[in-house]
Amino acid sequence: MNPIRQFTTCLLALALLASGSIALAQGENVVIPPDGEIIIGVSAAFSGEGLAPFGNNIRNGAVLGHMNRPSATVDGVEFAIALDPQDSQCNAEGGVAVATRYTSDPSVVGVVGPMCSSACTPAAPIYDAAGFTTISPSCTAPALTQSGFASFNRTVPSDANQGKFAAEYIYHELGVRRLATIHDGSPYGEGLVGVVSTNFAALGGEVVAADAVTVGDTNFQALLSEIAEAEPELIYCGCFPAEGARLIQQRADVGLEEVPFMGADGIFGPELIELAGEASEGVYASTPRPVSSAAADDLTEQYLETFTEEPAAGFHTNSYDAYTIFVNGIEAVGTLDDEGNLVVNRAALSDFVRSLQNYPGVTGIINCDGTGECITTPVGFYQVQMGEFVEIGMAGGGMMADDMMDDDMDDDDMDDDDMDDDEG
Amino acid sequence: MALPLTGPAGGNAITFGRIRRYIARNTLQIAGFIFLAVLIVSAVYNLATGIARPHTLLQNFFFGLSTGSIYALIALGYTLVYGILFMINFAHGEVFMAGGYIGYFAIIFANDRGWLEQHTVFALFFTITIAAIFSVLIAVILERVAYRPLRGAPRLVPLITAIGASIALQQLFLRLFGADSRRYPNVHYYIEVPGCQVCKEIPGGAMGLDLVGGIYKVTLFGLDIRLRPIWFIVLFLACSLMIALWFYIQRTKRGKAMRAVAEDKNTAALMGIDVDGIIVTTFVLGAALAGAAAVLFLIIPGNGQATPFIGFFPGIKAFTAAVLGGIGNIPGAAVGGLFLGVIEAVGPPLWNIDHQLKEIIVFGLLILVLILRPTGIFGEILSKRA
Repeated sequence: MNPIRQFTTCLLALALLASGSIALAQGENVVIPPDGEIIIGVSAAFSGEGLAPFGNNIRNGAVLGHMNRPSATVDGVEFAIALDPQDSQCNAEGGVAVATRYTSDPSVVGVVGPMCSSACTPAAPIYDAAGFTTISPSCTAPALTQSGFASFNRTVPSDANQGKFAAEYIYHELGVRRLATIHDGSPYGEGLVGVVSTNFAALGGEVVAADAVTVGDTNFQALLSEIAEAEPELIYCGCFPAEGARLIQQRADVGLEEVPFMGADGIFGPELIELAGEASEGVYASTPRPVSSAAADDLTEQYLETFTEEPAAGFHTNSYDAYTIFVNGIEAVGTLDDEGNLVVNRAALSDFVRSLQNYPGVTGIINCDGTGECITTPVGFYQVQMGEFVEIGMAGGGMMADDMMDDDMDDDDMDDDDMDDDEG
Repeated sequence: MALPLTGPAGGNAITFGRIRRYIARNTLQIAGFIFLAVLIVSAVYNLATGIARPHTLLQNFFFGLSTGSIYALIALGYTLVYGILFMINFAHGEVFMAGGYIGYFAIIFANDRGWLEQHTVFALFFTITIAAIFSVLIAVILERVAYRPLRGAPRLVPLITAIGASIALQQLFLRLFGADSRRYPNVHYYIEVPGCQVCKEIPGGAMGLDLVGGIYKVTLFGLDIRLRPIWFIVLFLACSLMIALWFYIQRTKRGKAMRAVAEDKNTAALMGIDVDGIIVTTFVLGAALAGAAAVLFLIIPGNGQATPFIGFFPGIKAFTAAVLGGIGNIPGAAVGGLFLGVIEAVGPPLWNIDHQLKEIIVFGLLILVLILRPTGIFGEILSKRA
């Protein structure tokens, strides 16, 4: 290679670098012309067995938020907001595909979602790189807020909480000493089961069997017959309705029909009862429980009127809060430039969300602790009685940032084992 | 006696060089045999030390048999099409799914009219027929639209088309009917069995069996296990259908024509055989079996969730079963399916591994068979045509 060509190559490389950094600098601000729309993404699963009802529930929450606050006003100028829902399914591929789509669109200000921890985990680095802010209404894997993701926030309790409360409930309230666990190999299922197992063992219980299912598989009798050998007093499942319903029904094949079955927010809702039929009677589930407040009741009322159906789960309250936090954030950090364009600095928006304090959300007073945890909701315990989930207890709720920190410290050790794989 | 180490002229003498060459030439086979030996030794060890409990193994054997009969029925579709066209019809899993999905509407129709309760056998026959007809319809359209235009193309082309057709069908059903599961109603069919030990009381007060929905405690070889009569019905139906198919192909004129087309399409055409017609017949047979299998699978209690995705796993497993048994070979597909179902259920307790890893056993065995016996267990050399 001659010196002149080397020099040109260097120049070219420099030019490329320079243009790259300019592009990056532009990426830090979202600029919306006066007649333009602010886009907020909604990333959830709108297809997939047993998953679409949850995704629609999340989208509907955001749609209600949009109905009530269809625009953001900055310095007296009103800018319309548009929702852009995209199907991120409930897996890594979907989460990554939707994240790539949103981050390549300069007019997307923030994203409500993704829905599943398996989509949140691989999507977070992509949103991080683009300086985005996401608020998930339903990703509960503990590791998500312990991995240093700058973009990830959630308005739902971490499974470090849900799992701990579940373990306590199983041990104290249900009096179970021999526990069998099943998970579906997702960051959500595996993480949750890890937290429950560790806490259950710490309380003095024994985890007598642990196994995992493959998502999409349909025959679990062989697995259940091995679990039956261990004679558990309760089967705890970190899974979703498709696999959960089959496990619940196929229990009878191995003589486990008398052994209670418990899941978490993944299986809570009418979907499971529809799929599992009579076999679902007596099944337990825990789920983030909207605090009963006038605001939450009003929202459910509006949900019924607008969509003429009962909410499939309670996630519409979490996504409603996620949406309204974004609108408040845009109004707080947005500025107008000389040409009347709305400028939203991504870093400022992220700071706003992460440092949010005493925000009156539908789920309660929301405080964000700086790591992405923005929760108030307590965890409710439910049991299927006469074909519907009936509330039988609750735990936690209204936690302040300080409490959260303590919990995180306690849970750190065990989460590392369970979640390392998902972070690589 | 001379030492055998006397160089190349030594005839059958074993030299290090020969051993090294033998190992170099047959590395895969040797690795395969070692792996097989490890599997057998660890299975025997687990059995002897009681890590693998006989009770679990026997119970899982029956679970596997019921799943295996479904795999076998689907596998026949793969094997038939491969035998004739040398093409893997990856959309076959979706043909299965379509049957199960439409079967749902048929069984609900029958249920609404009270047939399911009063004339259970007729209602199930009705459901299976509707499902099979619909599966056949899908398969025939698929053949006409997606495969026939590519008849002369290189082998990879229809393969890719098949994968495309599979995704298209899945998405079509997803858009048409939504992602929600359709749950089959619980089916009960009671028969009175006088003097039966394991029976429970049936409606009407007599002792008897619920052939479809029931589950019974049975003591077999001194082990208490639970059995569902429906598993044996499915197994029996699957075996009968396979035997009927075998006779059809071996003993009828049309079957003879199918074998002729499989051997050489051009010569068969010269002999006055309608090649396209025979190929359509092949698709029809495979699809009808898949449609029937889908309904049989979904009426087993605990399985009854029809979704646009139910075809994927059984499809992949059945394809594996077909290859395991020797693709293109009908008894091979049947044996492969049953073997796969059983090994999948018995494997995890036998080798003391997680059930999530059962796929590793399944596909590990597939690799093993392909190494040691590339044509499959029952494999035959198919005509060497591209």
